Amino acid sequence: MKPLLPVGEIAKGVLAGDRRSVAKAITIIENNASKAQELIASIYPHTGKAHIIGITGPPGSGKSTLIGKIIREYRRKGKTVGVIAVDPTSPFTGGAFLGDRIRMQELSTDQGVFIRSMATRNYLGGIARATKGAVKVLDAAGKDTVIVETVGAGQSEVEIIKIGQTIVVVCAPGLGDEIQAIKAGIMEIGDIFVVNKADREDANKAVMDIQAMLQLNNKEKKWRPTVLKTTALTGEGVSQLIEKIEEHKLFLEQELERNTSRGKAESELAEAIKEKVANSIIEELKSEGKFEEFLQKILEKKMDPASVAEKLLNEKFRKQVQKCQN
Amino acid sequence: MQSERKIRILIAKPGLDSHDRGAKIVARALRDAGMEVIYTGLRQTPEQIVETALQEDVDIIGLSILSGAHKVLFPRIMELVEQKGLTDVMVFAGGIIPEEDVPEMKKLGIKEIFGPGTPTEKIVQFVFENLPERT
Repeated sequence: MKPLLPVGEIAKGVLAGDRRSVAKAITIIENNASKAQELIASIYPHTGKAHIIGITGPPGSGKSTLIGKIIREYRRKGKTVGVIAVDPTSPFTGGAFLGDRIRMQELSTDQGVFIRSMATRNYLGGIARATKGAVKVLDAAGKDTVIVETVGAGQSEVEIIKIGQTIVVVCAPGLGDEIQAIKAGIMEIGDIFVVNKADREDANKAVMDIQAMLQLNNKEKKWRPTVLKTTALTGEGVSQLIEKIEEHKLFLEQELERNTSRGKAESELAEAIKEKVANSIIEELKSEGKFEEFLQKILEKKMDPASVAEKLLNEKFRKQVQKCQN
Repeated sequence: MQSERKIRILIAKPGLDSHDRGAKIVARALRDAGMEVIYTGLRQTPEQIVETALQEDVDIIGLSILSGAHKVLFPRIMELVEQKGLTDVMVFAGGIIPEEDVPEMKKLGIKEIFGPGTPTEKIVQFVFENLPERT
Protein backbone atom coordinates (compact mmCIF):
# COMPACT_ATOMS: atom_id res chain seq x y z
CA MET A 1 0.00 0.00 0.00
CA LYS A 2 1.23 3.44 -0.89
CA PRO A 3 1.79 5.85 1.98
CA LEU A 4 -1.12 8.11 2.75
CA LEU A 5 -0.69 11.61 1.39
CA PRO A 6 -1.01 14.10 4.23
CA VAL A 7 -3.92 16.53 3.98
CA GLY A 8 -1.50 19.46 3.99
CA GLU A 9 0.18 18.18 0.83
CA ILE A 10 -3.15 17.73 -0.91
CA ALA A 11 -4.26 21.22 0.12
CA LYS A 12 -1.04 22.64 -1.27
CA GLY A 13 -1.65 20.79 -4.52
CA VAL A 14 -5.20 22.12 -4.71
CA LEU A 15 -4.01 25.70 -4.31
CA ALA A 16 -1.44 25.12 -7.04
CA GLY A 17 -4.24 23.88 -9.29
CA ASP A 18 -2.84 20.34 -9.50
CA ARG A 19 -5.60 18.17 -10.98
CA ARG A 20 -4.80 14.98 -9.14
CA SER A 21 -4.75 16.83 -5.82
CA VAL A 22 -8.13 18.36 -6.65
CA ALA A 23 -9.52 14.89 -7.37
CA LYS A 24 -8.06 13.45 -4.16
CA ALA A 25 -9.33 16.38 -2.12
CA ILE A 26 -12.89 15.80 -3.32
CA THR A 27 -12.58 12.12 -2.41
CA ILE A 28 -11.47 13.09 1.10
CA ILE A 29 -14.45 15.40 1.44
CA GLU A 30 -16.75 12.59 0.36
CA ASN A 31 -15.27 9.87 2.55
CA ASN A 32 -13.61 11.26 5.63
CA ALA A 33 -15.38 13.87 7.71
CA SER A 34 -12.56 14.76 10.10
CA LYS A 35 -9.92 15.06 7.39
CA ALA A 36 -12.42 17.01 5.29
CA GLN A 37 -12.68 19.62 8.02
CA GLU A 38 -8.91 19.98 8.17
CA LEU A 39 -8.71 20.27 4.40
CA ILE A 40 -11.48 22.86 4.13
CA ALA A 41 -9.90 24.91 6.92
CA SER A 42 -6.61 25.11 5.07
CA ILE A 43 -8.08 26.07 1.69
CA TYR A 44 -10.85 28.33 3.02
CA PRO A 45 -8.87 31.60 2.90
CA HIS A 46 -8.39 31.03 -0.83
CA THR A 47 -12.06 30.56 -1.65
CA GLY A 48 -14.73 33.07 -2.61
CA LYS A 49 -13.31 34.06 -5.97
CA ALA A 50 -15.32 31.73 -8.22
CA HIS A 51 -18.83 32.46 -9.42
CA ILE A 52 -21.00 29.50 -8.47
CA ILE A 53 -23.84 28.58 -10.78
CA GLY A 54 -26.48 26.04 -9.77
CA ILE A 55 -28.27 24.26 -12.60
CA THR A 56 -31.42 22.41 -11.68
CA GLY A 57 -34.61 21.14 -13.26
CA PRO A 58 -36.53 17.97 -13.99
CA PRO A 59 -34.86 14.80 -15.32
CA GLY A 60 -34.45 14.84 -19.07
CA SER A 61 -34.74 18.61 -19.44
CA GLY A 62 -31.22 18.74 -20.87
CA LYS A 63 -29.18 20.06 -17.94
CA SER A 64 -26.01 18.10 -18.73
CA THR A 65 -26.05 18.87 -22.44
CA LEU A 66 -26.67 22.54 -21.68
CA ILE A 67 -23.78 22.59 -19.19
CA GLY A 68 -21.53 21.14 -21.89
CA LYS A 69 -22.39 24.13 -24.07
CA ILE A 70 -22.07 26.62 -21.19
CA ILE A 71 -18.56 25.33 -20.47
CA ARG A 72 -17.58 25.82 -24.11
CA GLU A 73 -18.87 29.37 -24.11
CA TYR A 74 -16.92 30.21 -20.96
CA ARG A 75 -13.81 28.60 -22.40
CA ARG A 76 -14.18 30.74 -25.51
CA LYS A 77 -14.12 33.74 -23.18
CA GLY A 78 -10.93 32.41 -21.64
CA LYS A 79 -12.52 31.42 -18.31
CA THR A 80 -11.74 28.18 -16.48
CA VAL A 81 -14.64 26.01 -15.33
CA GLY A 82 -15.21 23.37 -12.67
CA VAL A 83 -18.28 21.14 -12.63
CA ILE A 84 -19.83 18.98 -9.92
CA ALA A 85 -22.51 16.79 -11.50
CA VAL A 86 -24.74 15.07 -8.99
CA ASP A 87 -26.70 11.90 -9.73
CA PRO A 88 -28.78 9.80 -7.35
CA THR A 89 -27.56 6.90 -5.23
CA SER A 90 -29.85 3.89 -5.18
CA PRO A 91 -31.55 3.73 -1.81
CA PHE A 92 -31.72 -0.05 -2.26
CA THR A 93 -28.16 -1.02 -3.14
CA GLY A 94 -26.11 2.09 -2.32
CA GLY A 95 -24.78 2.02 -5.87
CA ALA A 96 -25.00 4.76 -8.44
CA PHE A 97 -24.73 5.22 -12.19
CA LEU A 98 -23.08 8.53 -12.86
CA GLY A 99 -23.78 9.47 -16.46
CA ASP A 100 -23.88 13.27 -16.58
CA ARG A 101 -20.40 13.69 -17.94
CA ILE A 102 -21.19 11.68 -21.07
CA ARG A 103 -22.67 14.92 -22.42
CA MET A 104 -19.53 16.89 -21.61
CA GLN A 105 -16.94 14.26 -22.44
CA GLU A 106 -15.35 16.10 -25.36
CA LEU A 107 -14.19 18.68 -22.79
CA SER A 108 -12.54 16.15 -20.50
CA THR A 109 -9.02 16.69 -21.79
CA ASP A 110 -9.22 20.48 -21.66
CA GLN A 111 -6.87 21.51 -18.86
CA GLY A 112 -9.07 24.52 -18.08
CA VAL A 113 -12.00 22.26 -17.22
CA PHE A 114 -12.47 19.88 -14.30
CA ILE A 115 -15.56 17.70 -14.18
CA ARG A 116 -16.42 15.52 -11.21
CA SER A 117 -19.42 13.21 -10.92
CA MET A 118 -20.89 12.83 -7.47
CA ALA A 119 -23.49 10.44 -6.07
CA THR A 120 -26.00 11.78 -3.53
CA ARG A 121 -25.18 8.94 -1.09
CA ASN A 122 -28.75 9.31 0.09
CA TYR A 123 -28.44 12.97 1.02
CA LEU A 124 -31.73 14.67 0.27
CA GLY A 125 -32.35 17.98 -1.43
CA GLY A 126 -30.91 17.33 -4.89
CA ILE A 127 -27.21 17.51 -4.06
CA ALA A 128 -24.75 15.49 -1.96
CA ARG A 129 -23.43 16.27 1.51
CA ALA A 130 -19.98 16.71 -0.03
CA THR A 131 -21.09 19.05 -2.83
CA LYS A 132 -20.46 22.26 -0.91
CA GLY A 133 -16.96 21.21 0.08
CA ALA A 134 -16.17 20.05 -3.45
CA VAL A 135 -17.20 23.46 -4.77
CA LYS A 136 -14.76 25.06 -2.32
CA VAL A 137 -11.99 22.81 -3.63
CA LEU A 138 -12.63 23.86 -7.24
CA ASP A 139 -12.86 27.49 -6.14
CA ALA A 140 -9.57 27.29 -4.24
CA ALA A 141 -7.98 25.56 -7.23
CA GLY A 142 -8.61 28.75 -9.19
CA LYS A 143 -11.62 27.91 -11.35
CA ASP A 144 -13.32 31.13 -12.47
CA THR A 145 -16.73 29.50 -12.67
CA VAL A 146 -18.02 26.49 -10.77
CA ILE A 147 -21.19 24.81 -11.99
CA VAL A 148 -23.22 22.46 -9.82
CA GLU A 149 -25.69 20.22 -11.61
CA THR A 150 -28.32 18.85 -9.25
CA VAL A 151 -30.05 15.53 -9.65
CA GLY A 152 -33.15 15.71 -11.80
CA ALA A 153 -35.29 17.78 -9.49
CA GLY A 154 -38.95 18.67 -9.36
CA GLN A 155 -40.36 19.94 -6.14
CA SER A 156 -38.49 20.09 -2.89
CA GLU A 157 -34.95 19.58 -4.11
CA VAL A 158 -33.95 23.16 -3.44
CA GLU A 159 -30.76 22.69 -1.36
CA ILE A 160 -28.83 24.15 -4.27
CA ILE A 161 -29.75 27.67 -3.10
CA LYS A 162 -27.38 27.18 -0.16
CA ILE A 163 -24.49 26.73 -2.58
CA GLY A 164 -25.24 28.43 -5.87
CA GLN A 165 -25.06 32.19 -6.34
CA THR A 166 -26.92 32.19 -9.62
CA ILE A 167 -29.60 29.53 -9.94
CA VAL A 168 -30.67 28.45 -13.41
CA VAL A 169 -33.82 26.35 -13.61
CA VAL A 170 -33.95 24.31 -16.81
CA CYS A 171 -37.32 23.15 -18.13
CA ALA A 172 -38.34 21.53 -21.38
CA PRO A 173 -41.51 21.87 -23.41
CA GLY A 174 -43.78 18.91 -23.60
CA LEU A 175 -43.27 18.12 -19.97
CA GLY A 176 -46.53 20.08 -19.85
CA ASP A 177 -47.92 19.74 -16.40
CA GLU A 178 -44.39 19.56 -15.13
CA ILE A 179 -44.57 23.32 -14.85
CA GLN A 180 -47.52 23.02 -12.57
CA ALA A 181 -45.75 20.39 -10.57
CA ILE A 182 -42.60 22.38 -10.03
CA LYS A 183 -44.10 25.72 -9.18
CA ALA A 184 -44.15 25.22 -5.43
CA GLY A 185 -40.47 24.49 -4.94
CA ILE A 186 -38.23 25.13 -7.87
CA MET A 187 -40.20 28.03 -9.35
CA GLU A 188 -39.25 30.03 -6.29
CA ILE A 189 -35.49 29.59 -6.50
CA GLY A 190 -34.67 30.40 -10.11
CA ASP A 191 -32.76 33.58 -10.94
CA ILE A 192 -32.93 32.59 -14.59
CA PHE A 193 -35.37 30.18 -16.21
CA VAL A 194 -34.46 28.31 -19.35
CA VAL A 195 -36.83 26.53 -21.66
CA ASN A 196 -34.48 24.08 -23.32
CA LYS A 197 -35.27 22.08 -26.47
CA ALA A 198 -36.68 25.33 -27.84
CA ASP A 199 -36.82 23.88 -31.33
CA ARG A 200 -39.96 22.06 -30.28
CA GLU A 201 -43.17 23.73 -31.28
CA ASP A 202 -44.68 24.01 -27.81
CA ALA A 203 -41.61 25.89 -26.49
CA ASN A 204 -43.30 29.29 -26.65
CA LYS A 205 -46.19 28.05 -24.59
CA ALA A 206 -43.79 26.82 -21.92
CA VAL A 207 -42.11 30.24 -21.89
CA MET A 208 -45.46 31.98 -21.49
CA ASP A 209 -46.54 29.61 -18.72
CA ILE A 210 -43.42 30.36 -16.74
CA GLN A 211 -43.66 34.10 -17.36
CA ALA A 212 -47.22 34.09 -16.14
CA MET A 213 -46.22 32.25 -13.01
CA LEU A 214 -43.29 34.57 -12.33
CA GLN A 215 -45.50 37.61 -12.55
CA LEU A 216 -47.48 36.24 -9.66
CA ASN A 217 -44.46 35.19 -7.68
CA ASN A 218 -41.83 37.85 -7.55
CA LYS A 219 -43.34 41.23 -6.84
CA GLU A 220 -40.91 42.39 -4.20
CA LYS A 221 -37.66 40.96 -5.47
CA LYS A 222 -34.97 43.34 -6.68
CA TRP A 223 -33.84 40.87 -9.33
CA ARG A 224 -36.60 39.97 -11.75
CA PRO A 225 -36.07 36.45 -13.07
CA THR A 226 -36.26 36.15 -16.83
CA VAL A 227 -37.14 33.28 -19.12
CA LEU A 228 -34.80 32.36 -21.96
CA LYS A 229 -34.95 29.77 -24.70
CA THR A 230 -32.07 27.44 -25.58
CA THR A 231 -31.46 24.48 -27.81
CA ALA A 232 -28.58 22.79 -26.03
CA LEU A 233 -27.91 20.33 -28.85
CA THR A 234 -27.10 23.10 -31.33
CA GLY A 235 -25.96 25.65 -28.76
CA GLU A 236 -28.61 28.14 -29.78
CA GLY A 237 -29.43 30.67 -27.08
CA VAL A 238 -26.46 29.67 -24.92
CA SER A 239 -24.53 32.92 -25.38
CA GLN A 240 -27.64 34.87 -24.33
CA LEU A 241 -27.87 32.63 -21.27
CA ILE A 242 -24.24 33.37 -20.38
CA GLU A 243 -24.93 37.09 -20.79
CA LYS A 244 -27.85 36.81 -18.38
CA ILE A 245 -25.75 34.84 -15.89
CA GLU A 246 -23.05 37.52 -16.06
CA GLU A 247 -25.68 40.21 -15.58
CA HIS A 248 -26.91 38.43 -12.45
CA LYS A 249 -23.36 38.06 -11.21
CA LEU A 250 -22.85 41.82 -11.59
CA PHE A 251 -26.13 42.44 -9.78
CA LEU A 252 -24.98 40.26 -6.89
CA GLU A 253 -21.65 42.04 -6.69
CA GLN A 254 -23.32 45.44 -6.52
CA GLU A 255 -25.78 44.22 -3.92
CA LEU A 256 -22.97 42.73 -1.89
CA GLU A 257 -20.94 45.89 -2.07
CA ARG A 258 -23.87 48.01 -0.97
CA ASN A 259 -24.65 45.61 1.85
CA THR A 260 -21.14 45.16 3.12
CA SER A 261 -20.17 48.81 2.94
CA ARG A 262 -23.39 49.73 4.73
CA GLY A 263 -22.90 47.02 7.33
CA LYS A 264 -19.31 48.03 7.82
CA ALA A 265 -20.20 51.69 8.25
CA GLU A 266 -22.90 50.78 10.74
CA SER A 267 -20.61 48.79 13.00
CA GLU A 268 -17.89 51.40 12.74
CA LEU A 269 -20.34 54.10 13.80
CA ALA A 270 -21.62 52.05 16.74
CA GLU A 271 -18.06 51.35 17.81
CA ALA A 272 -17.15 55.03 17.62
CA ILE A 273 -20.18 56.10 19.69
CA LYS A 274 -19.39 53.55 22.40
CA GLU A 275 -15.84 54.73 22.61
CA LYS A 276 -16.73 58.42 22.80
CA VAL A 277 -19.46 57.99 25.41
CA ALA A 278 -17.38 55.68 27.58
CA ASN A 279 -14.37 57.94 27.46
CA SER A 280 -16.34 61.04 28.36
CA ILE A 281 -17.92 59.32 31.39
CA ILE A 282 -14.64 57.84 32.58
CA GLU A 283 -12.84 61.16 32.25
CA GLU A 284 -15.55 62.95 34.19
CA LEU A 285 -15.43 60.36 36.97
CA LYS A 286 -11.69 60.60 37.19
CA SER A 287 -11.73 64.38 37.33
CA GLU A 288 -14.26 64.22 40.14
CA GLY A 289 -12.19 61.51 41.88
CA LYS A 290 -15.11 59.08 41.83
CA PHE A 291 -13.55 56.47 39.53
CA GLU A 292 -11.40 54.99 42.34
CA GLU A 293 -14.36 55.01 44.69
CA PHE A 294 -16.50 52.87 42.37
CA LEU A 295 -13.59 50.64 41.45
CA GLN A 296 -13.11 49.88 45.13
CA LYS A 297 -16.79 48.97 45.52
CA ILE A 298 -16.45 46.47 42.70
CA LEU A 299 -13.27 45.00 44.15
CA GLU A 300 -14.97 44.58 47.52
CA LYS A 301 -17.89 42.93 45.76
CA LYS A 302 -20.29 45.51 47.12
CA MET A 303 -21.47 46.33 43.61
CA ASP A 304 -21.16 44.67 40.21
CA PRO A 305 -19.75 46.56 37.20
CA ALA A 306 -23.05 46.62 35.28
CA SER A 307 -24.93 48.18 38.21
CA VAL A 308 -22.17 50.77 38.62
CA ALA A 309 -22.41 51.67 34.96
CA GLU A 310 -26.18 52.02 35.19
CA LYS A 311 -25.97 54.19 38.30
CA LEU A 312 -23.37 56.39 36.64
CA LEU A 313 -25.43 56.83 33.53
CA ASN A 314 -28.50 57.75 35.57
CA GLU A 315 -26.54 60.31 37.54
CA LYS A 316 -25.07 61.77 34.41
CA PHE A 317 -28.47 62.18 32.85
CA ARG A 318 -29.89 63.72 36.02
CA LYS A 319 -27.05 66.22 36.02
CA GLN A 320 -27.73 67.11 32.45
CA VAL A 321 -31.45 67.49 33.09
CA GLN A 322 -30.69 69.80 36.00
CA LYS A 323 -28.33 71.79 33.80
CA CYS A 324 -31.11 72.23 31.26
CA GLN A 325 -33.63 73.25 33.93
CA ASN A 326 -31.24 75.86 35.28
CA MET B 1 -20.37 10.90 10.30
CA GLN B 2 -19.48 8.06 8.01
CA SER B 3 -15.94 7.30 7.00
CA GLU B 4 -16.91 4.45 4.76
CA ARG B 5 -15.15 3.96 1.48
CA LYS B 6 -17.24 3.74 -1.66
CA ILE B 7 -15.82 1.92 -4.64
CA ARG B 8 -15.64 4.23 -7.65
CA ILE B 9 -15.23 2.61 -11.03
CA LEU B 10 -14.94 3.97 -14.56
CA ILE B 11 -16.45 1.97 -17.39
CA ALA B 12 -14.93 3.19 -20.63
CA LYS B 13 -15.35 2.50 -24.33
CA PRO B 14 -12.09 3.21 -26.14
CA GLY B 15 -11.97 3.51 -29.90
CA LEU B 16 -14.49 3.55 -32.66
CA ASP B 17 -16.91 0.70 -32.10
CA SER B 18 -20.45 1.77 -31.42
CA HIS B 19 -21.89 -1.05 -29.36
CA ASP B 20 -22.08 -0.52 -25.64
CA ARG B 21 -24.68 -3.02 -24.54
CA GLY B 22 -22.01 -5.13 -22.84
CA ALA B 23 -20.48 -2.11 -21.10
CA LYS B 24 -23.91 -1.02 -19.87
CA ILE B 25 -24.76 -4.49 -18.55
CA VAL B 26 -21.50 -4.63 -16.62
CA ALA B 27 -22.02 -1.06 -15.37
CA ARG B 28 -25.49 -1.95 -14.18
CA ALA B 29 -24.24 -5.08 -12.37
CA LEU B 30 -21.54 -3.10 -10.59
CA ARG B 31 -24.04 -0.41 -9.65
CA ASP B 32 -26.33 -3.06 -8.20
CA ALA B 33 -23.38 -4.38 -6.21
CA GLY B 34 -23.25 -0.98 -4.48
CA MET B 35 -20.52 0.74 -6.47
CA GLU B 36 -20.45 4.22 -7.96
CA VAL B 37 -20.10 3.66 -11.67
CA ILE B 38 -19.01 6.45 -14.00
CA TYR B 39 -19.66 5.80 -17.66
CA THR B 40 -17.81 7.70 -20.38
CA GLY B 41 -20.07 6.95 -23.30
CA LEU B 42 -18.88 5.77 -26.69
CA ARG B 43 -15.83 6.51 -28.83
CA GLN B 44 -13.35 7.70 -26.26
CA THR B 45 -9.69 8.38 -26.87
CA PRO B 46 -7.12 6.96 -24.43
CA GLU B 47 -6.44 10.55 -23.32
CA GLN B 48 -10.11 11.15 -22.50
CA ILE B 49 -10.37 7.89 -20.58
CA VAL B 50 -7.31 8.40 -18.41
CA GLU B 51 -8.06 12.07 -17.78
CA THR B 52 -11.59 11.10 -16.73
CA ALA B 53 -10.20 8.45 -14.37
CA LEU B 54 -7.96 11.11 -12.84
CA GLN B 55 -10.72 13.70 -12.34
CA GLU B 56 -13.13 11.13 -10.95
CA ASP B 57 -10.44 9.61 -8.71
CA VAL B 58 -11.65 6.09 -9.49
CA ASP B 59 -10.27 2.92 -7.93
CA ILE B 60 -10.78 0.86 -11.05
CA ILE B 61 -11.01 1.29 -14.82
CA GLY B 62 -12.98 -1.25 -16.85
CA LEU B 63 -12.33 -1.10 -20.60
CA SER B 64 -14.83 -2.50 -23.06
CA ILE B 65 -13.72 -3.04 -26.63
CA LEU B 66 -15.21 -4.88 -29.58
CA SER B 67 -13.42 -3.26 -32.50
CA GLY B 68 -10.20 -5.28 -32.45
CA ALA B 69 -8.08 -2.19 -31.86
CA HIS B 70 -7.03 -3.26 -28.36
CA LYS B 71 -3.43 -3.84 -29.44
CA VAL B 72 -3.14 -0.16 -30.30
CA LEU B 73 -5.40 1.41 -27.71
CA PHE B 74 -4.60 -0.59 -24.57
CA PRO B 75 -0.83 0.06 -24.62
CA ARG B 76 -1.52 3.78 -25.01
CA ILE B 77 -4.01 3.76 -22.15
CA MET B 78 -1.59 1.94 -19.86
CA GLU B 79 1.18 4.32 -20.84
CA LEU B 80 -0.99 7.31 -19.88
CA VAL B 81 -2.05 5.63 -16.61
CA GLU B 82 1.62 5.40 -15.73
CA GLN B 83 2.40 8.92 -16.96
CA LYS B 84 -0.36 10.57 -14.95
CA GLY B 85 0.64 8.69 -11.82
CA LEU B 86 -2.54 6.63 -11.53
CA THR B 87 -0.49 3.65 -10.43
CA ASP B 88 -2.94 2.82 -7.65
CA VAL B 89 -5.74 2.26 -10.15
CA MET B 90 -6.59 -1.30 -11.21
CA VAL B 91 -7.43 -1.85 -14.88
CA PHE B 92 -9.40 -4.74 -16.34
CA ALA B 93 -10.98 -5.28 -19.74
CA GLY B 94 -13.71 -7.10 -21.57
CA GLY B 95 -15.10 -7.59 -25.04
CA ILE B 96 -13.76 -9.32 -28.11
CA ILE B 97 -10.12 -9.98 -27.40
CA PRO B 98 -8.61 -13.10 -29.01
CA GLU B 99 -7.17 -15.70 -26.64
CA GLU B 100 -3.69 -15.33 -28.11
CA ASP B 101 -3.61 -11.59 -27.33
CA VAL B 102 -4.47 -12.04 -23.67
CA PRO B 103 -0.92 -12.64 -22.32
CA GLU B 104 0.36 -9.58 -24.14
CA MET B 105 -2.45 -7.44 -22.71
CA LYS B 106 -1.83 -8.74 -19.20
CA LYS B 107 1.83 -7.93 -19.57
CA LEU B 108 0.80 -4.30 -20.08
CA GLY B 109 -0.61 -4.37 -16.57
CA ILE B 110 -4.22 -5.21 -17.38
CA LYS B 111 -5.26 -7.39 -14.50
CA GLU B 112 -7.95 -9.52 -16.16
CA ILE B 113 -9.78 -9.91 -19.44
CA PHE B 114 -13.35 -11.14 -19.67
CA GLY B 115 -14.68 -12.62 -22.88
CA PRO B 116 -18.23 -12.90 -24.18
CA GLY B 117 -20.62 -14.90 -22.01
CA THR B 118 -18.90 -14.07 -18.72
CA PRO B 119 -21.56 -14.02 -15.97
CA THR B 120 -21.75 -10.57 -14.40
CA GLU B 121 -21.41 -12.09 -10.91
CA LYS B 122 -17.95 -13.25 -11.88
CA ILE B 123 -16.93 -9.70 -12.78
CA VAL B 124 -18.42 -8.26 -9.58
CA GLN B 125 -16.60 -10.87 -7.51
CA PHE B 126 -13.35 -10.16 -9.35
CA VAL B 127 -13.67 -6.45 -8.61
CA PHE B 128 -14.27 -7.02 -4.92
CA GLU B 129 -11.34 -9.43 -4.67
CA ASN B 130 -8.90 -7.23 -6.57
CA LEU B 131 -9.72 -3.87 -5.09
CA PRO B 132 -6.51 -1.84 -4.99
CA GLU B 133 -5.38 -0.44 -1.67
CA ARG B 134 -6.05 3.26 -1.79
CA THR B 135 -4.65 6.35 -0.22
